[in-house]
Amino acid sequence: MDAGTCTSAVPLLEVDDLRVVFPTPRGMVKAVWGVSFQIQKGHMYGIVGESGCGKTATGRAILRLIPPPGKIVGGRILFRGENLMEKSEEEMRRVRGRSISMIFQDPAAALNPLFTIGQQITAIMKRHKVAHGEALRQRAEQLFEELGLPHSRDLLECYPHQLSGGMQQRVMIAMALCVESDLLIADEPTSCLDVTIQSQILDLLVRLQKQRGLAIMLITHDLGVVAETCERVAVFYLGRIVEQGAVSEVFRHPRHPYTQGLLAALPDPQRWGSPLKMIPGSVPTPLEAIPGCAFAPRCEFATDTCGNVEPQLVSVGDDHLAACFLYAADPGKGRGRA
Amino acid sequence: MVSTRLGRRRFAGVLGWRPEPGSSLWYLQRDRIAMISLGVLILMVLLAIFAPWLTPYPDQGRGTPNVAEKLKPPSLAHPFGTDPLGRDVWARVLFGARTALIAGITIQVVSTIGGTVLGAIAGYFGGWLDEAIMRVTDIFLAFPPLLLAMTVASVLEPSLGNSILAITLVWWPWYARLARGQVISVRERDYVKAARGIGVNDATIIVRHILPNIMSPVLVQATLDLGAAILTVSALSFVGLGVPPPTADWGAMVNEGRIYIQNGRWWVATFPGLALFVTIMAFNLLGDGIQLATSPKARGVS
Amino acid sequence: MSRGEYLLRRLGFGLFVLLGVLLVTFVVSRVVPGDPARLYLGPRASPEALAQVRERLGLDDPLPKQFVKYVASTLQGDLGYSFRTKRPIIEDLKVRLPATMELVILSTGLALLVGVPVGVLGASRRGKGFDQVSRILTIAGVSIPAFWWALLLQLVFFLWLGLLPLGGRVSQDIQLHHPIQMITGFYLIDAAVTGNWIAWRDAALHILLPACVLATYPLSLAVRMTRASMVEVLSEVYVTAARAQGLSEREILFRLALKNAIVPTLTIMGLVFAYSITGAVLVEIVFTWPGMGSYMTDAILNKDIYVLFAVTLVVTVIYIFVNLLVDLVQAALDPRIRIGRGGEA
Repeated sequence: MDAGTCTSAVPLLEVDDLRVVFPTPRGMVKAVWGVSFQIQKGHMYGIVGESGCGKTATGRAILRLIPPPGKIVGGRILFRGENLMEKSEEEMRRVRGRSISMIFQDPAAALNPLFTIGQQITAIMKRHKVAHGEALRQRAEQLFEELGLPHSRDLLECYPHQLSGGMQQRVMIAMALCVESDLLIADEPTSCLDVTIQSQILDLLVRLQKQRGLAIMLITHDLGVVAETCERVAVFYLGRIVEQGAVSEVFRHPRHPYTQGLLAALPDPQRWGSPLKMIPGSVPTPLEAIPGCAFAPRCEFATDTCGNVEPQLVSVGDDHLAACFLYAADPGKGRGRA
Repeated sequence: MVSTRLGRRRFAGVLGWRPEPGSSLWYLQRDRIAMISLGVLILMVLLAIFAPWLTPYPDQGRGTPNVAEKLKPPSLAHPFGTDPLGRDVWARVLFGARTALIAGITIQVVSTIGGTVLGAIAGYFGGWLDEAIMRVTDIFLAFPPLLLAMTVASVLEPSLGNSILAITLVWWPWYARLARGQVISVRERDYVKAARGIGVNDATIIVRHILPNIMSPVLVQATLDLGAAILTVSALSFVGLGVPPPTADWGAMVNEGRIYIQNGRWWVATFPGLALFVTIMAFNLLGDGIQLATSPKARGVS
Repeated sequence: MSRGEYLLRRLGFGLFVLLGVLLVTFVVSRVVPGDPARLYLGPRASPEALAQVRERLGLDDPLPKQFVKYVASTLQGDLGYSFRTKRPIIEDLKVRLPATMELVILSTGLALLVGVPVGVLGASRRGKGFDQVSRILTIAGVSIPAFWWALLLQLVFFLWLGLLPLGGRVSQDIQLHHPIQMITGFYLIDAAVTGNWIAWRDAALHILLPACVLATYPLSLAVRMTRASMVEVLSEVYVTAARAQGLSEREILFRLALKNAIVPTLTIMGLVFAYSITGAVLVEIVFTWPGMGSYMTDAILNKDIYVLFAVTLVVTVIYIFVNLLVDLVQAALDPRIRIGRGGEA
């Protein structure tokens, strides 16, 4: 089981009550609202939810890369105990790419089309002063080899459009790792790839996590991916975490009706032929102000309380939290937090 | 901040018109610069329409000389001074507004409609028709626009109609190209395919389904170009290929006043030029505002 | 598509357009007017002269034959005679073209050197004061009639401040005592090469105002286009990725994003050039600059129509060439153009 939450050791990353908003003409969108979680060194942490639930904004907020006019309006982001929110822009630039790096959903869009792979990867190494001159190329080639990229010498001269999607994502990973960062934020790293390539990239990430002791924050909409790769998971719904804990716990005993719905909607080989279950209704637009629990309008267990009071995360098991009144003895007092 | 917000509300209230927040119109009416430009343009149109009643010398505005009063500097009687033929420059500027607006708007309307129809036909039918229309378009686009317009105008008799014709000739290809690109992107949409599938004829599809869907980028471009059309008309008149005298025309007036600048009679050329500048600038600012308001990307809200 | 194939295709397209341009000038010069001979000789021509011209131009031949002859003679550099100067137009152009090109190249260079960085800064400070001011100023720049703007500057710098000359390429004084030796026809270059610094200074003072007026429109255009494509590029994922990799904002703006933004911006280079060269017609009138523009306006006044056709043709050919060059530079900058999406946009 996970020891991180019990010991007093400082976690690698601690996000505390993060709040991100995007102003729009029709009102303020609360993209992330009061999100807290911790990632331990060398762990794979899954962030799962439907599109628009704030998982990407959370990932970008950690690097303070929320595109304007969006902004972070509250919370702390502690990396190795230092609050990133208090750092200057220049100091943040030394964190980005060096301590924390990021890979993106669509590698074709994340690579600059007009520069060769070599130019792009060496620019990062030069920027963070990890190598000079000929060592730059050697290091890149070494890394490519480790990541299973063929013909690494030619690869440096290639332009992104000359590579396949899987190779592009490997290159992105190489660019993220060339400075030996401690945390990799992987935002849907496999969603744009073919199914066969997806598992290769995931295997690669798991291998890197094990071999290099790299912590990975894996943002995905795919519960199956989380179950296969992560130690811990947070389930997002409309900018909030509705359930979090050890993957074994959460997936075996899902407590929040939303997580239960998500898991029930997964195809199960043991029930071939029976229809898939669905969560009724659809995700409301983030503009609609929902009093109380955001999931209440779609929840089959919703009571009057759910429509009025916002539930807090409470302990529902061993290393397992859920934000649902089904598990709070007294709605007013349910304020447990890990 | 408070006062402008109040002003805005009152403005919207007067027109009895309150666009939905987030819509293009909502963005446009919040753009103070675009709204001021719209005001200036409305004023210009009113000046042009009511020109004869806004000056004590409407005859001079139409061209009658008054040599006794020539080259008088600005005064109470002649706020913009008088020109080499003694005509009141204010009156001439007022009547010049008619020429500029009529020419600019005619060019823009004819070229937009003509170019769009040709481009739509090319894009919709494809094949040799597309090739033929687009290659002609390419050839016309290969000329620097003002230069071809000048050459064509010089072959024709100088008149307002002919300078409009000459500029229209170089103006339409831009819309043909724009419309064709738009049509090609719309053509493959499901509702067009569906209409074709159930046997709706081509003319109906173009008018009902295609044109309404490509109108907005074309219209935005047309408003953006209105200022340039007026600028081109004035350039043609400036080199002596526009409206023949004595009709008032801003470009021609600047040319008439050009040599008098050297001996200090700055008002003859300055005021018609200023009128040109203000009008063109207002059109361009409004066009820019419309473009900003209609493109979500430019507004910066994702 | 290989690079060579792309090059060939662009060249072929250029040739096709050139032929089309010749067809248009042919139609406008021979078919649109009732009597081309009268157009050629001007309003006061005698019947004998008219008959002679009709004979020489082959105006009684069928039109297709006339067109072939027209293309053949044009390609040989025979652009006809000027009715006013009584010289072959091509000879006049040899003197006039460098004067105009000196002005156009200087102002285009100015427009790009200033316009591109200002556009980049506008995009990076989007919506801030700098961006707002540059939006208004550039719209003013594309709105101001060049001929009026030129007059205003003359009024201020010649009449009121007395700092700069009224017009011309050099002072008469200099022409008499320190004449510039003609090598390229570009006074600034010729004077510098021959070490004639007194004349260089004089020529520089003369070209300052016309070049600034001429640069106004293309400069504003360059700022607006650079800003627009830069805003687009800055919203791309690869820019976010570069930020996430810790690259500095300056490196992202001027090294990475600018290269992406410059490819679409280059397309307007051709347009910028076209505006400069037609703007030159208007500016040259005001500054009595002895280039193609004043040649053209003299021709308009004297109904010397074939000069207009010749100038239009020459300028259009240069314009086609500039556009071809722009395409090639774009292809060199963007590796995707060579492989994938060739053809004309």
